[in-house]
Order: sequence, then structure tokens, then C-alpha cells
Amino acid sequence: MNAHDLFIAFWTIVRREVRRFTRIWAQTLLPPAITMTLYFIIFGNLIGSRIGEMGGFDYMEYIVPGLIMMSVITNSYSNVVSSFYSTKFQRNIEELLVSPVPNWVILSGFVLGGVVRGLGVGFIVTLLSLFFTDLQVQNLFVTIAIVFLTSVLFALGGFINAVFANSFDDISIIPTFVLTPLTYLGGVFYSIQLLPEFWQGVSQLNPILYMVNTFRYGILGVSDINVGFAFMMILLFIGGLFSYALYLLQNGKGIRS
Amino acid sequence: MTLALTVEKLHKVYGNGFEALKDVSFTVEQGDFFALLGPNGAGKSTTLGIVSSLVNKTSGKVSIFGVDIDKDLPGAKLNLGVVPQEFNFNMFENVKDILVTQAGYYGINRKTAGERADYYLKKLGLWEKRNGAARMLSGGMKRRLMIARALMHDPKLLILDEPTAGVDIELRRSMWEFLCELNESGTTIILTTHYLEEAESLCRNIAIIDHGRIIKDTSMRELLQQLNTETFIFDIEKSLTSSPTLEGYTVRLVADNALEVDVESHQGLNQLFMQLEREGILVRSMRNKSNRLEELFVSLVDKNLDQENA
Repeated sequence: MNAHDLFIAFWTIVRREVRRFTRIWAQTLLPPAITMTLYFIIFGNLIGSRIGEMGGFDYMEYIVPGLIMMSVITNSYSNVVSSFYSTKFQRNIEELLVSPVPNWVILSGFVLGGVVRGLGVGFIVTLLSLFFTDLQVQNLFVTIAIVFLTSVLFALGGFINAVFANSFDDISIIPTFVLTPLTYLGGVFYSIQLLPEFWQGVSQLNPILYMVNTFRYGILGVSDINVGFAFMMILLFIGGLFSYALYLLQNGKGIRS
Repeated sequence: MTLALTVEKLHKVYGNGFEALKDVSFTVEQGDFFALLGPNGAGKSTTLGIVSSLVNKTSGKVSIFGVDIDKDLPGAKLNLGVVPQEFNFNMFENVKDILVTQAGYYGINRKTAGERADYYLKKLGLWEKRNGAARMLSGGMKRRLMIARALMHDPKLLILDEPTAGVDIELRRSMWEFLCELNESGTTIILTTHYLEEAESLCRNIAIIDHGRIIKDTSMRELLQQLNTETFIFDIEKSLTSSPTLEGYTVRLVADNALEVDVESHQGLNQLFMQLEREGILVRSMRNKSNRLEELFVSLVDKNLDQENA
């Protein structure tokens, strides 16, 4: 296959992925919009007005970047994990396996599908947040770059989860018991400066903290962590997870006998 | 002579230690209509799974039109179309999208893919259903959809793993016609089936696999010539109470007015009819007890089982 054919194959996978989640928009796009609106109303408006300022900003302004990032993370992850697992479960992954599409194209296609949903939901949540606060983006490049890279990273995570999953239970374990706690403890609702020194150290082991804070830096211009270090770590993780996911695909883990 | 498929010393041991294939070797010539037969669990699907890269082999070599799957897997797969035994398309996707998407995996642009999809949808009687979800199709239509999907990139080699399983006879015959037409237009076809009359009427060459080994690899004509005994059933005019004695033939009375006679390959039927007439037995109709290939298949598989047990 030449580069043109590969691009068509890649685009076909992305198109199929996007069609999948848009076809079931009531399950994929609507719930995060409702959930985040509730967060804005309850945490931002009702409770936030009693909290006052956080990191020098109105509490609503402070949590908006975290909530956008949270929706990007969960949707990028859940799109790929459920889509790839479903293709395994229904065996229509075989359509791809018998075709000449290289594994890196298959992986990239699924990941971009997850990124499109993650960013799409992030965009919807951003629009909704404008009903509650004004967003003044301080650094557009950092904002776009971090949200894109984070989405890629979690889409890769979802792919690996799906490769190992043997049942629908297996695709909800990681989001429930790992992703959600790490996201909630990753500085979405608070600055880690509020924590005792020991817990600040512990929090710095949480990779989501770096993503949320870098995104917050892009929008508000403030961060609890070093932004350059965060980018470096995310790129390293993306490189590592992409290689690992590709290795699993090459070996047919969970998809070939 | 160009070989469409070369399988050499293919060996497969599954993770649980089950040895599914033991040095399986065979070739399929370009343009052939080839049957790969065997009882359940013999290794047919494993062999075809390895050829279509759905199963990892333990050792051995597979080439599709001379392209070694270990050296250039994407190149080998370009020439291959696969119709698996079980439905494996997205049941929620619409029928035409399934075809267009599959073509996309081969680098075919949407315009060309759309035209090809329309052609096969019409050709295989799915046109009316093109905009519906695949799950709404009947079993036979789903099978035809899988054939259409496998043909979207115009493969030179088409593998059909029990394509007519569970399909009614009328539809099965129309599928046979379509497959013959496809083969005549130059597509090499490999077929596995449990309907042996299907293999007998469609295929020119045959390999029989049992317990992971090829126990026969020959032309259909040569194989059928090896049939030593054929059993015929004669429906007779008048009821009998006991089986008549016909010299040189083994005769059984299977019903009041039905005789079962074993006829060896060197014996003619004329002699048999003459003896029946002498006995005053009028024959209303006659038929083979079972398909000729079926008889051979059963005897070969039984013989192999005896050898395995020994």
C-alpha cells in the first residue's frame, strides 16, 4: 500500500470511529454535557460562591479548566476502550486483521477517533462553561497542545485496556477504580498548595495533576507544577504507550489465536 | 503454472498445548476451485485462519501468489478475500457502509468503493436492504453480505469457510452459480463445507484434512475414481418379505419396497438389473444412498482414525 492508500485506510478507520460515537450521541455526547453542567452549577455556583478565591481566581474560573480536562480524559479513554473492545467482542476486528492495513495505522485510527470524541466533548463543555464564567485563554499554544496530547495519551490507555479486556466488566474497572480517583485527586477542584507538604509530594506522583495544571496554565496562566516538565513527561508516556500498544497488536494479544 | 496458495509444513500448537496442525502442506493453483474438507476440529479453520492471518502459526510457510506472509504480510493480504464461518460484521452498521468501509481498508476511495458496493449489492440481491442495519438481514442475506464484503477489493484468491451453512437449498444454488461465475472470471476459490455434494459439484481439486494432517490431496476426478463401492437404493414395485439373492451383489431389504445394494466399481448396473428382472422385481426408481464424495470422505476419515489409534 502506498502513502495515499494508507491515508485512505487511516481515514476510513477514523471516519468509522466518529460515526460510531455520533450515531449514539445520546450515550456519548449528552451525558458529559449534563454532568459537567451539574458540576458548574453545584461546585461552581452554589458551593464555589462560599469558597471564594483559589489560586488568585474566582473558584468557578479555577475549576473550569480542570473540568474541561476531566471530560477530555474520560471521553478519550472510554471511546477507544469501548469501541475496540466491541470490535473484538463482535469479531469485526477481523475485517481489519485480514486487510493489508499496517498495525500502526489501525492504532492511530482508533486513537484519533478517541481524540475526536475527547476534544469534541471538551469543546461542548467549554461552550457550556461560558454560561457560567468568562474564559480568557492566556497561552493558546499550551492550551491546545496539552489538551491534544492528553487526549492522545488517554486514548492509548483505553486501547491497551481494551486489548487486555475479556469482558465488558474489564473495560469499566480501570475508569472506575484508577482514572476517576486520579482525576479527582489531580487538582481539578483544588490547588495542591492547600495540601500538607507530604500529600503535595504524593500528589506529584499523579500524572493527571500535570495535565490539569498545564491546561490551567494555558487558560489562567497559573500552575502548581513546571509546565515544561509536564510536556516532557506526557510525550514520554505517549511514546511508551504507543510502542507498547503496537507491540500488543503485532503479537495479536487478545485478537489472534 | 502460477500458484495462488502455497502452504508448507504448517504447524500449529495452541496455548493449551493442543496440536491443531501437524506439518500441513498443499498448494492451490491459480484459477482453481479447491475444496479443503475435514471433520469438525480437523484443522480446516486453523489452516485458513493462518492463511488469512487471524491465527498465528507455530511454524511453517505460507505464500499467497508467491508473496511470503512472513516477509510481506500486507502485500500477501492484498490478493486475499476471506468469508469467515461466523458473522463478523458490525450488526449496527448499515449494509452499504460495511462494504464501503471494508474497501477503505484496502486504500480504495469512497467513490469507487460506492460503485463496487452498488454492483455487489445488486448482484447478490441485497440492493433493497442497502440502507438498513445489518442486524435486520436474514441469515442468508448476512452470508451474501460477507461474500460481497470479501470481494470489495477484487481479490485474486477468495477463501470461503462454510459459506452456505444454514442457507436454504434455493439460495445455496444461487450462491453456487455466483461462485462458479466468479471462478470462471479468474478468481481462485478455496472452499470448506460440510455439504459434500457442494464440494463435488463445484470443486476441481480437493484436500482432506483430519487430526491436523492432510490425508488426501488430489483432483476431484481422481478421488472419485478411488471409490470402490457405491450403495444404491432401489424403490421397487411390489413389497418383499425377505431380501432376494443376487449373485455377486450384497443386498439388504431396508423397507418392504426398498432394497439397498452395494455395487463395486468393476461391476456394472446392467447385470444387476438383469438379475432383478429375473427375480421378478420391478424397479420404480433408484438413487445413491449417499453422495459419492461423502462415502469416500467417511472411509478416508475412518481409515485415518484407525491409523491414529494404532
